[in-house]
Amino acid sequence: MSVRSPLSRRRSAPAALPRPDVLVVDYPRASVGGVATNLILAAVGVAFFAPLIWLLFTSFDAHAGPSLQWPKLTFSNFSALFNSTRLQPFINSLYLAGVSTVVTTVVALFAAYGLSRRHIPLKRTFMLIILFASGLPVNMLLVPVYQLFVRLNWIDSLFYTSLFLAAAALPFAIWLLKNFIDQIPDEFEEAASLEGAGSFQILLRVILPNALPGVAVTAMVTFIAGWGAFIVPLVLNSNPTSTPGSVAIYEFLRINGVVNYGQLASYSLLFAIPVVVLYLIASRWIAGAFTFSGGVKG
Amino acid sequence: MAAAEAPIAGGLAALGPRQDRERFKFLSLGWLTPSVALLAVLFAYPIGYAVYLAFTNLELIGPTAQTYQFTGLANLTRLIHDPTFWQSTWLTLIFVVGSGIIAQTVIGMGLALLMRRALRPLRITISIVIVTAWIIPEISAAFVFYAFGTQGGLLGQVLGKTGDDFLSTVPLLIVCIANVWRNAAFSMLVFTAGLRNVPEEIEEAATLEGASYWRRLFTVTLPILRPTIVTNLLLLTLINISDFTLIFVMTQGGPGTSTAILPVYMYIQAFQFNNLGYGSMIALALVLIGALLSVFYVRQLKPEIK
Repeated sequence: MSVRSPLSRRRSAPAALPRPDVLVVDYPRASVGGVATNLILAAVGVAFFAPLIWLLFTSFDAHAGPSLQWPKLTFSNFSALFNSTRLQPFINSLYLAGVSTVVTTVVALFAAYGLSRRHIPLKRTFMLIILFASGLPVNMLLVPVYQLFVRLNWIDSLFYTSLFLAAAALPFAIWLLKNFIDQIPDEFEEAASLEGAGSFQILLRVILPNALPGVAVTAMVTFIAGWGAFIVPLVLNSNPTSTPGSVAIYEFLRINGVVNYGQLASYSLLFAIPVVVLYLIASRWIAGAFTFSGGVKG
Repeated sequence: MAAAEAPIAGGLAALGPRQDRERFKFLSLGWLTPSVALLAVLFAYPIGYAVYLAFTNLELIGPTAQTYQFTGLANLTRLIHDPTFWQSTWLTLIFVVGSGIIAQTVIGMGLALLMRRALRPLRITISIVIVTAWIIPEISAAFVFYAFGTQGGLLGQVLGKTGDDFLSTVPLLIVCIANVWRNAAFSMLVFTAGLRNVPEEIEEAATLEGASYWRRLFTVTLPILRPTIVTNLLLLTLINISDFTLIFVMTQGGPGTSTAILPVYMYIQAFQFNNLGYGSMIALALVLIGALLSVFYVRQLKPEIK
């Protein structure tokens, strides 16, 4: 993980000597086979772009259909959506994603701090269980969770569905945050502790600011998962007033006999915008998040 | 051994508690309490409950919705003799191995390698497009590809066959295309990061020795990336094996059960045919398949971990 804080820069000592590849713009060897490379890449890019441009065109098209065509410009597809039946699901999605993100991030930060900084018996085992749990398909839990929700009368409750989404996201969040906190040097806390700061103070004033990129990535991953969650609310929130946007789009597509391409396209587009914007905001923190960092650090 | 250690242990005890590392304090567990509570109620308990329910006749409605009971191996026997389950397993393997492991690794690696040698503006534009496909909600992508494959959709346009409904004629191929389109970014980002860590000197040395691009790629670059590739295969398997939204929204598992991969078949059995107990058994089978594949990769990775 690349941690962009003054701290991490201090830790990687050789930063004072610029690496040679920093002086040259990115990839120097863009010449040999350059034309063919660029052409192939452009062709692949067009193929990937076509479905996206279809979504954009169709959402503004008065004669919208499944084919890609130049739109006859209209805003009626969007304006038709501005009523409570269509917009309430977006508020529900915001609730699901927001609550699960806050719960997961806060709870995972506590656990990650404890696991990183305190002597806890069976820590390694716990981390391995967490790693295993983060790879487990959540679909597997659908039947028992449905049964549990029916028994406790939690069906159609957005709050308890968010809690389940939070629990499902928690193992990965703990794993991610612990790796971030592990990189913060102990000396900072020791200094704060000598000055009489309590554990919560240290977490809030020392760990949190230094682990902010990790917290941002965790929150973003959880939010995107909660916003897009489909099968969980499909099963747990069948009441129209508590369905999120994903289920609403599905029902709009499947339950009416005729597919309304124009309105569905603008609905899907509107539903996609928040996560795309969020990704753009957080992307500067994610650079390097795709390098696999080491194994289990006990 | 024990006899030899005893006096030393006694000696250390005489020195008092060891000072060289932090000792266990009961309060430390406080940090873990919220996580453990949440995971216990909504993760660990459901796992155990899922295993139990898989061996019961629980149904969504009807008399056994309330008074279900343990039915021993009845669901397992049913699973083994259920041709749709085996078809579904086969479809899952095609979907995960074909559109997940093979296609996403090859396309992701291809993109990462092409990007390295491409012009900067082109590289940035295409990264944005591919990452957007990955970051938009799955439901939006599923709707787009429903339109893509349906009668008169983009695919028909490109192939000049606007009358064909590809979601009926080649449904598995269409959901596989959709899945590759959606998830290619993940492998691309992983491999781009991996390629950045390949030391340039090694590649340059091979170039000086007269190795062609392809030879360099297959004898130098890819072997260095092996751990990244194998780890990525594991992640691709886990990501693709639990995919539900894309297929369910596009085809609802159909026509018939021709695209009902295991997560979809589980949903259909549990929540459309009301067989909650049997659905839970299908979920167990899915987890077992995922675990077997994971063990296989971890074994492949062992030489690197040491």
